[in-house]
Amino acid sequence: MTSSLPPGLILIAAACLLPLLRGRLRDALVVAAPLLCLLVVWLVPDGSNLSLPFLEYELQPLDSSRAGRLFATVFSVMAFAGGVFALRQSSTTELAAAYAYAGSAIGVTFAGDLISVFIFWELMALGSTAVLWAAGSRASYRASMRYLMVHLFGGVVLMIGIVAHIHATSSIAFQAMQPDSIGTWLMLIGFLINAGAPPLSAWIADAYPEASPGGMVFLSAFTTKTAVYTLLVGFPGAEILVYVGLYMMMYGIIYALLENDMRRILAYSIVNQVGFMVAGIGIGTEMALNGAAGHAFAHIIYKALLLMSAGSVLYMTGKRKCTDLGGLFQSMPITALCGIVGALAISSFPFTSGFVTKSMIGQAAADQHLALVWFIITAASAGVFLHAGIKFPWFVFFQKDSGLRPDDPPWNMRIAMWLFTFLCIAIGVYPQPLYALLPFPVNYQPYTGAHLVAQFQLLLFAGLAFFVMLPQMKRTLTLSLDFDWFYRRFGAILLREFTGKTSDARNDLERRARARLKRLIANLFRHHGPQGALSRSWPTGSMVLWIAILLGAYLIFYYI
Amino acid sequence: MINHLPILQVVIPLLVAPLCVLFRSPRLVWSIAALTCWIILVIAGVLLHEVLSNGVISYEIGGWAAPWGIEYRLDEANTLVLLIVSGIAAVVTSYARLSVEHEIAEDTIPLFYSAWMLCITGLLGITATGDAFNVFVFLEISSLSTYAMIAMGKDRRALTASFQYLVMGTIGATFILIGIGLMYMMTGTLNMADLAQRLPAVSDTRTIRAAAAFLTVGLSLKIALLPLHLWLPNAYAYAPSAATALLAATATKVALYVALRFMFTVQGVDFTFGQMRLDLILLPLSVVALLAMSMVAIFQTNVKRLLAYSSVAQIGYMTLGISMASATGLTGSILHIFNHALMKGGLFLALGAIMYRVGSVELDKLAGIAKRMPWTMAAFVAGGLSLIGVPTSVGFISKWYLILAALEKGWWPVVMLIVFTSLLAVIYIWRVIEVAYFHAATDENSGIKEAPLSLLLPTWLLIGASYYFGIDSSLSTSTAKLAVLRLWGGGL
Repeated sequence: MTSSLPPGLILIAAACLLPLLRGRLRDALVVAAPLLCLLVVWLVPDGSNLSLPFLEYELQPLDSSRAGRLFATVFSVMAFAGGVFALRQSSTTELAAAYAYAGSAIGVTFAGDLISVFIFWELMALGSTAVLWAAGSRASYRASMRYLMVHLFGGVVLMIGIVAHIHATSSIAFQAMQPDSIGTWLMLIGFLINAGAPPLSAWIADAYPEASPGGMVFLSAFTTKTAVYTLLVGFPGAEILVYVGLYMMMYGIIYALLENDMRRILAYSIVNQVGFMVAGIGIGTEMALNGAAGHAFAHIIYKALLLMSAGSVLYMTGKRKCTDLGGLFQSMPITALCGIVGALAISSFPFTSGFVTKSMIGQAAADQHLALVWFIITAASAGVFLHAGIKFPWFVFFQKDSGLRPDDPPWNMRIAMWLFTFLCIAIGVYPQPLYALLPFPVNYQPYTGAHLVAQFQLLLFAGLAFFVMLPQMKRTLTLSLDFDWFYRRFGAILLREFTGKTSDARNDLERRARARLKRLIANLFRHHGPQGALSRSWPTGSMVLWIAILLGAYLIFYYI
Repeated sequence: MINHLPILQVVIPLLVAPLCVLFRSPRLVWSIAALTCWIILVIAGVLLHEVLSNGVISYEIGGWAAPWGIEYRLDEANTLVLLIVSGIAAVVTSYARLSVEHEIAEDTIPLFYSAWMLCITGLLGITATGDAFNVFVFLEISSLSTYAMIAMGKDRRALTASFQYLVMGTIGATFILIGIGLMYMMTGTLNMADLAQRLPAVSDTRTIRAAAAFLTVGLSLKIALLPLHLWLPNAYAYAPSAATALLAATATKVALYVALRFMFTVQGVDFTFGQMRLDLILLPLSVVALLAMSMVAIFQTNVKRLLAYSSVAQIGYMTLGISMASATGLTGSILHIFNHALMKGGLFLALGAIMYRVGSVELDKLAGIAKRMPWTMAAFVAGGLSLIGVPTSVGFISKWYLILAALEKGWWPVVMLIVFTSLLAVIYIWRVIEVAYFHAATDENSGIKEAPLSLLLPTWLLIGASYYFGIDSSLSTSTAKLAVLRLWGGGL
């Protein structure tokens, strides 16, 4: 029974049942479904266990591998903690959408063929969009539309890639490939769009912070990490991924440093953290792949912890801007403590989960003598500490006293946070069980004297830099940051005149672009709209004329 | 008895049609019609099973041997279409009772069902027959009854829509008759298989070329291939809801089948694509149909019209597959005939349920309707997703084959087109979803209840089928592939 049941379907089935249940039963299902799913994940034997005929192919929707099981495990744990966190605070619709979403992500990790990957991939896009809708605000609705557009586009690219690949190789197996044909390139692009790679990185910070407190915890975990999984299985060692990863690291840091909304800071830091994983996959050695997989595991947990902490603050205060918050550690000690542990973990502080996983990626770069890559990874690690490790807890829980005195959040949110706090530290102190789960045998010891010293140095100086530059950091916070900040602020300092002109030019360009778009739509509407030539009701006579024209055309065409 | 199934399939609904007029009670008439449709569905199922296991069935009417007498010839291609027609007819007739009582005056209901049964007779006859002239006769039966059904629509514009369709349809049928007549002139036979043998000898004559032109134009009209689709949007929009569902899911499909039969079996691949280069005409027309009609659909304010234009666009997919002149492309086309019937049928049934409760399918009347009619709108969303081509739905299967076929040819722009038009479908389906789910309900809509079960069940039956055949597509794909082999091999 369990050997032919894809575990993801358990969560999807739970998602279908949830709207029908009320009260205790509903709560019990929310808690039990992910645990059952986790159990089944571990009962599935290695290799393909189920074969379904589809078109002329055999789908392998239950193909268990080490990497897949690792991701499925952390996805189930994540669904459990997210479910507990959102148990009372999120609507049933939101939980159902989140479980369908989580179930589809788990489905991808067990997919042994490209068609199954694609099916679950699209389900995931629908589920996550529904999570965004469930937040219920006008802003979240608009964000969800932009989000859906990006993902439909990504899905379409992926689908063409898959069909082209299957057409070229007549194999649907999902296995290691190299980007060397149109099909594989399109697939790579499709995966990367979900990973938040440039140039479409903005969807993460655009959409996720508009979700509800519980919704964003779910969103942060699945889409990008499923993309990491597919890259890990599909394109290990594809060199371009190194550069994509490095770009994502820097992009995430710079934008997070400039940001004021606490959950947007964390959203940008997702891009940054996924950058580490993508770079690791690009390096492609066993050590690097282990590092990427392990880091994904650790990242899901500490990122969710950070977002639970931020979500609790948002839930209790209703405020999300750093400038409105501060001094909350007094009245929300548990939330603050959990947030700090998450922040330490994301900064790879020794004895937290981030330390034992991210260092493997840096080590792999060093082993391959990729000096530049190593430098950027190290610099980015310092940057992470700046934007997420210190900035988030400092401005939210300490800094000035904002005068807010909210309590810690309700019990179920606290339980979820405690659970992940425990995991962050436990993995950091005793990493062997996680190492045993990684795709390849691990021969790596994170706790060496040199490594510890180096890491402490790095964190110390990054921390020092933060507090030295605190005035600058603060000043940026007084502004609401958008793209126009760049030319207005920098431009003003450089040359006021120039700024005015570029600003005019930009406005002018924008106005023109808008006018052009409007004209295009008006044009389309003129021809295609209800009164347009293409869609109005025609007099019978002109219809008949068309027939005559067409008959004539056919006759001529057939004679030549 | 079992030997006579091919003719019973057509004769039973033909006999029931006058019965409908004799019994005046709407309920009774409906029961008879529904029962008949389920019976012919069973017959179609048996026939398909028979054809798949024992090969082509040839039935000689009145015992007259084939080239002289009329032959019914069932192979994989037309038995699949028979299954579609009778399946859709069974489901939609079961659905029709309340919808028809709501939209049509009581004393004309028996006439409506009579026309309904005649229309089904015609569609089944066109499909089953192996005789070219017989095709014309049944085409007229189905067309005349269709004009009558459309004219019974509640909206006064239904009359003009019906009249326009009558003019256009008659011209189309006449052209088809002229085409058949010209071929008869050159070969002296009307039996399709016989024609297929005799045509190659005279294929280089002007008469046969003219015959091909007349047939192509006449059938394009019936298929509603751009730019001869002009009759379709109004006809679908103003016909009674049940009739729209029946026609949208079957009429154009049957016409397309006839086109395939003439192109491949009668005239042969070499003539159609080698000499006449029909692919060169079909390709641009399909592309324009897909792009322009999807955009037109986006701007519609009446949801029935929106779906009607979407149908014209979807027909573009079917002709696109044909224009590739490859086995995979043709498989995609035939699959899309089957798949599109399921999903468009389901969508129009959902609209019929909305019409039943709301009394209108204008977009601005549907604000917030999803809260009042959750199951109906859920069916619409599911059908819409299928139309877009989400995996596990039938729409995905058709697109898969079409993209595969385009890749075989190395036609990357066509691949992009197929995908791009799916995104356009997202937009026009989304417009309905946005209004129904995300707009606040108006006061007029506050008292609306969920549609009754007798409307919901058939709707979900079709929607369910459009996912069942998306997941387990073995029946539709294997039959479609066999049909392609049969059509390609000259049907012999």
